Amino acid sequence: MSNENELSHRFEINGRDFSNAGRASTSIKEILQEIGIDSSIIVRAAIASYEAEMNVVMYARRAVLTLNVTPEKLHLKLEDEGPGIENIDLAMKEGFSTATDEMREMGFGAGMGLPNIKKNADEFEISSTPGKGTTIKITISLDSTENK
Amino acid sequence: MKLKEIIEKLQLKVLAGQDKLDVEVTGGYTSDLLSDVIANSKEGNLWVTLQTHQNIIAVAKLKDLAGIIIVNNREPDEDTLQKANEENVPLIGSEEMAYEVAGKLYELISS
Ligand SMILES: Nc1ncnc2c1ncn2[C@@H]1O[C@H](COP(=O)(O)OP(=O)(O)O)[C@@H](O)[C@H]1O
Ligand SMILES: [Mg+2]
Repeated sequence: MSNENELSHRFEINGRDFSNAGRASTSIKEILQEIGIDSSIIVRAAIASYEAEMNVVMYARRAVLTLNVTPEKLHLKLEDEGPGIENIDLAMKEGFSTATDEMREMGFGAGMGLPNIKKNADEFEISSTPGKGTTIKITISLDSTENK
Repeated sequence: MKLKEIIEKLQLKVLAGQDKLDVEVTGGYTSDLLSDVIANSKEGNLWVTLQTHQNIIAVAKLKDLAGIIIVNNREPDEDTLQKANEENVPLIGSEEMAYEVAGKLYELISS
């Protein structure tokens, strides 16, 4: 927190930790509510962070999710250690999922996560190194004229 | 319409989160896919589902849903009940299937 107009928080997420799944996104939502961010923006950030968090729980080993808010923009950055994504174009397709049967029975694995993260972001970047991990960066503009 | 009124009229059973029944219900959302609910449900919606595991509580909390109706007489897991109480998310049980619950809910709320 170098600048007083800037806020930044860091959350750790563990793979397979279904019992704490959703904690990071819930905290992010609460922080954004506390600092008075517009509710339509909060909903978008909550959807994106939840999907990013659940992907770590389901597919990766561990991750750090960082929230950064400036007067103009909200940034979310997810950096995970895990298997990475071999084919990003395929993973970004609506309906594509490698979730197990067990996960699907729980209602995960709709293949909507990555597409919905992108949909709710003004800027979206994903990169991955198979065998190492995945990084996702999104930006939501806080300028109300750009609201989706 | 208030959640407690809906519970009374549809003769539903409160399983957990009984401190938050005074909440206003804005509508319903029926789905068993978590990503679908996260993306498309609206604040104040009553979520109708057959999912019983603990992760449904975080979804309801994140989207400020009025509560969750678990259909088909399915019993929520112990940690789901516990989380619902901790997070104050009303968890409601119905003996009927999703189609019937959603139909009655729709009629009640839109009338
Ligand atoms: N952090 C991640 N690490 C490894 N693979 C991932 C990660 N996130 C997504 N994936 C891969 O991309 C696919 C699509 O992800 P997503 O759109 O969120 O749908 P779902 O989680 O329902 O499968 C996943 O099934 C998985 O194969
Ligand atoms: Mg996903």
